[in-house]
Amino acid sequence: MATQKQEKSVIWDWLTTVDHKKIAIMYLIAGTLFFVKAGVMALFMRIQLMYPEMNFLSGQTFNEFITMHGTIMLFLAATPLLFAFMNYVIPLQIGARDVAFPFVNALGFWIFFFGGLLLSLSWFFGGGPDAGWTAYVPLSSRDYGGLGIDFYVLGLQVSGIGTLISAINFLVTIVNMRAPGMTMMRLPLFVWTSFISSTLILFAFTPLAAGLALLMLDRLFEAQYFIPSMGGNVVLWQHIFWIFGHPEVYILVLPAFGIISEVIPAFSRKRLFGYTAMVFATMIIAFLGFMVWAHHMFTVGMGPVANSIFAVATMTIAVPTGIKIFNWLFTMWGGKITFNTAMLFASSFVPTFVLGGVTGVMLAMAPVDYLYHDTYFVVAHFHYIIVGGIVLSLFAGLFYWYPKMFGHMLNETLGKLFFWVFYIGFHLTFFVQHLLGLMGMPRRVYTYLGDQGLDAFNFISTIGTFFMSAGVILLVINVIYSAFKGERVTVADPWDARTLEWATPTPVPEYNFAQTPQVRSLDPLFYEKIHGDGTMKPAEPVTDIHMPNGSILPFIMSIGLFFAGFGLIMLNMDNPIINPWIVAIGGLALTFGCMFVRSIKEDHGYHIPAEQVKADLAELKKGGN
Amino acid sequence: MAGAVDTSKGLPSHPERATLEGKNKFLGFWFFLGGETILFATFFGTFLGLRGGTADGPTSADLVALDLVFIMTMLLLTSSLTSVLAMFAMKKNNFKAMMIWMWITVVLGLAFLGFEIYEFHHYVVDYQFGFSTSAFASAFYSLVGLHGAHVAFGLSWIIVLLIRYRKSGITLTNAPKFYVAGLYWHFIDVVWVFIFTVVYLMGVGG
Repeated sequence: MATQKQEKSVIWDWLTTVDHKKIAIMYLIAGTLFFVKAGVMALFMRIQLMYPEMNFLSGQTFNEFITMHGTIMLFLAATPLLFAFMNYVIPLQIGARDVAFPFVNALGFWIFFFGGLLLSLSWFFGGGPDAGWTAYVPLSSRDYGGLGIDFYVLGLQVSGIGTLISAINFLVTIVNMRAPGMTMMRLPLFVWTSFISSTLILFAFTPLAAGLALLMLDRLFEAQYFIPSMGGNVVLWQHIFWIFGHPEVYILVLPAFGIISEVIPAFSRKRLFGYTAMVFATMIIAFLGFMVWAHHMFTVGMGPVANSIFAVATMTIAVPTGIKIFNWLFTMWGGKITFNTAMLFASSFVPTFVLGGVTGVMLAMAPVDYLYHDTYFVVAHFHYIIVGGIVLSLFAGLFYWYPKMFGHMLNETLGKLFFWVFYIGFHLTFFVQHLLGLMGMPRRVYTYLGDQGLDAFNFISTIGTFFMSAGVILLVINVIYSAFKGERVTVADPWDARTLEWATPTPVPEYNFAQTPQVRSLDPLFYEKIHGDGTMKPAEPVTDIHMPNGSILPFIMSIGLFFAGFGLIMLNMDNPIINPWIVAIGGLALTFGCMFVRSIKEDHGYHIPAEQVKADLAELKKGGN
Repeated sequence: MAGAVDTSKGLPSHPERATLEGKNKFLGFWFFLGGETILFATFFGTFLGLRGGTADGPTSADLVALDLVFIMTMLLLTSSLTSVLAMFAMKKNNFKAMMIWMWITVVLGLAFLGFEIYEFHHYVVDYQFGFSTSAFASAFYSLVGLHGAHVAFGLSWIIVLLIRYRKSGITLTNAPKFYVAGLYWHFIDVVWVFIFTVVYLMGVGG
């Protein structure tokens, strides 16, 4: 009985937590689950394409998998995994006790999670969405798209709200909660890129929300936005989608750049080359990221003027990106490089990302794009950016921050094996897809004829996916093995690193810093190692620390939104068990009711007394930390 | 400005930004409004793209009666003014004046909303101009309706604040809340100025 009670309270603790470190771990777990799910779909699709005219998957299932693979990977895997690191690391790197709005932080996670759940439910109601992750009308319109599209629309709508409020939270945290001396131009690059990425979320997810709302109104309430016979316009959807969709790439890749900019200096034992240039390059990339959406639409018929403008704007992005690439190379140049797993991922990211960037410039040439458009060349290009860029840096960040997050190291031997298997598998899979594309193999098609010259490369590409899957299995083994046998970390700073998160004890106490640190330079911890005694100077005496209370409301509010979305989807079901409006309005009432309770009930949080903090500090000193 | 503020009763000159919590709310809300701006921009873009798509239904020139829209505009602009006066009262620590001005804002907002409901009703009944009539109709109702929904949300928000804090006086806890609600109200007003121009004036003038 006693253990059962204990267990219950642990679950309650996680459901109600507003601690950014726990929320980070929840993002990590949820993101990993979705990552595996979408990865398995990719594996199945590649098996289907292994030989010509295979019958492993039906065309319909293939369409559903291809839609869900893209949607899940971008919205429910890459974004939350980056959010996991942002949540854990940003407050620590800027010397803050928490994020600006801990309650909103928890709310953001749960809304994202239940939105993802809503999307995934589509399998149980007649199949997933099948119009591609871009959901182009008229494929997704009320005349042609099935119920799966409703799950796509409302699932993404709900989970997008979560992403949006988390982004606002990060923005305010970074502007308002920095430790004394942590000026904007001393922010670690991961914080900078997260800041700019959050700005992009703010300005890109709102058009997506609007677009999804329009599609929902079209499908459920007989609006006519995308119905040409009623005056509607199908290209409008493409504009709205891509004005979100293009910045989305930068939303994901900028924090990935940030991770690389943390890992490479730490293991090259040099400060990041060209810090200021890196910051401004990030800003320019973000700005240009918004100006180029129509390069996805060269073949839509916008005319030569629009195509030229968007082509030139797109190619311009190569300039700030090149600045970044060279700065990473110069950081490594002459450094004392340690090639552990994190550094292997970070350094291999650089050439891989360049490959993806080069094909990007090729695609940016509007006339030639008529040739590449909707072929595997495009698939190869964006997987070099998304796997070769974002996923590699996620793995780098995982191996780098793991000891701080979980208190033990990941096994290096298994880690290096994982790296090589995954990295070789990645290039096997996607490099040959460039060639397939140039040969004219169309994307999004579930099979092909034999003896067209496509057989060998498709086979190689599928073999590559097996390698990547084996790599991910090795990572899972590594996580489980290290949890039991991994080297325990009790020191604050196992890597001899440079930034503030390594100045906190391991495990990190709930208040992060017993005393807010005084920041004296860029790379503050490294500065103290060189010019001080190796520890951060406190900026305040030991005082009572104010902490927010946990709350179950975020969880309930998210369930409310889940049912609101589900109720609206039921409107399109043939025989809903209960009146859809009862479910939808009931869900909304639950959410607004929680908002009302939250605003009526004052919650002042609690204080950790100074004596407790002092005792913790003394304990740490005794342990030699 | 600072000279005009009465700080004698222990309230700082910027009560809405005096605590870290208040500062966070203040800044977070500006970011939120940035997102809202883009949201409305997308709906405006949709409206501009589809306003010719009338599918033989009524066009805006058939529908718009500027005298009604003029009254609505005046109501909303005035309500923005009264919410500014409420914020001035807050900075002078005059709780009673703040509450009165805020209530006047609410009344003006409710009147605006009433006129909007009348307008929609009028279009549907007298012109057979419903949500599904044409792409133009859908775009019109979603843009103006989104604004109307914002008005309704803003009103319920302010009313909750007014009831919740009816006796508390101005404190460092509720000052940011009133201030932020005031910001939201101005935002609604600014959006209306654009709707007035793009939907109604351009609808009549082409």
